[in-house]
Amino acid sequence: MDFFSDFPGLLNYWVVIVLMMIGFYIVIAHDNLVKKIVGLNIFQVSVFVFYITMAKIKGGTAPILAEGITTYSNPLPHVLILTAIVVGVAMTALGLALVVRIRDAYGTIEDDEIQAQESEDL
Amino acid sequence: MGFMVVIGIAVARLRNLFAVVMLTGIFSLTAAVLYVVLDAVDVAFTEAAVGAGISTVLMLGTLALTTSEEKAHESGSHPWALMLVVVTGMALVYGTLDMPPYGDPTAAIHHHVAPYYLEKSFGHTGLPNVVTSILASYRGYDTLGEVFVIFTAAAGVLLIIGRAKFGRRRTVRLAPGELRDSMRQNVILRVVSKLLIPVILLFAFYVQWHGDFGPGGGFQAGVIFAAGFILYTLIFDIDTARTMISPRITRLGLAAGVLLYTLVGVASMLKGGTFLDYSVLADTQVKGQHLGILLVELGVGITVASAMVSIFFTFAGQER
Repeated sequence: MDFFSDFPGLLNYWVVIVLMMIGFYIVIAHDNLVKKIVGLNIFQVSVFVFYITMAKIKGGTAPILAEGITTYSNPLPHVLILTAIVVGVAMTALGLALVVRIRDAYGTIEDDEIQAQESEDL
Repeated sequence: MGFMVVIGIAVARLRNLFAVVMLTGIFSLTAAVLYVVLDAVDVAFTEAAVGAGISTVLMLGTLALTTSEEKAHESGSHPWALMLVVVTGMALVYGTLDMPPYGDPTAAIHHHVAPYYLEKSFGHTGLPNVVTSILASYRGYDTLGEVFVIFTAAAGVLLIIGRAKFGRRRTVRLAPGELRDSMRQNVILRVVSKLLIPVILLFAFYVQWHGDFGPGGGFQAGVIFAAGFILYTLIFDIDTARTMISPRITRLGLAAGVLLYTLVGVASMLKGGTFLDYSVLADTQVKGQHLGILLVELGVGITVASAMVSIFFTFAGQER
């Protein structure tokens, strides 16, 4: 594979994977619930970038029809991600509402402290 | 993109949650710039309005209600987690080796329905923005589903923390026009926001109605419209904002948008077509499609705006 002739080649996908793994790491390794939600957000954005990267065609333009342009990028992934972003923020809001509620019930938003309280109760 | 990775790592390392939330906002903005580079203008628009605006405000609201410092742990790093992540990452990189390179026009993704949409959508709907055509017409079912998800999420937030049982309901209520916070006494902020808010709302309407021709549409317009109200609430007071637009109106709007979308579908059934087939709504196909898409986008806009405003009001109305 001649890397330089078709730059960036697969580089975009690899960056997406790095971002995805950062998000994944935050979700599994951190105990703070807000941090977990931030991690999920990063994971989510990496998937968005993945889709949008696939939609791009070299030399293409944005899929708004105009005269004199023949190559457009693929509009279908754009539609999917456009709605996914707004749904994503609604879901983030739901998660944050749960965090606020958990803080009410347990007085903390650290996962391990909640676990400790739970096992005390039993 | 390298910038995004740097921000991501910083987010993973930092313990101060306030800084983390700010970095998330920058992260979203960087992502939006990237989307523009990759030709996805509609997506970039949404990401900039949602990621850098609304979700940052919501996260800050949560921090104000909980705590802004993450606790340090005795265990320190998590070698097992890091190992799992690296292994998964390697497997995924191995998976990408078969993928078509960036920008390849012969990739499989570009050869199924996409050329059909690009060639036929102008003849079917008469709209130059293909993204809008697909969103509201070809993939109308998907979008209806998404709107229902937003509706459900907003209803969930209202159910979970909408009615505070433990005396967390705000006890200090301000009379309209009464000054309290330092932010309200800041003349520059007050004057500038008063000048800006009408422009923001007007811009939201422009985005709503112009979405058929340029980048924009119901999702973006709804978010921008909500951002105008959120700005007002931040500068002035939640109680003042509530006298202007009451929670009842936002709840009503939440349901009305979904209802409008569904009714357009039902109307096309009554006129002899299938569900969400707008072609029968008017005498010609293009006119019918145009009308249907306009109404559906309006429904989306109403629901998204009401959902965002009522979610924000719910968060802001809490008391620690």
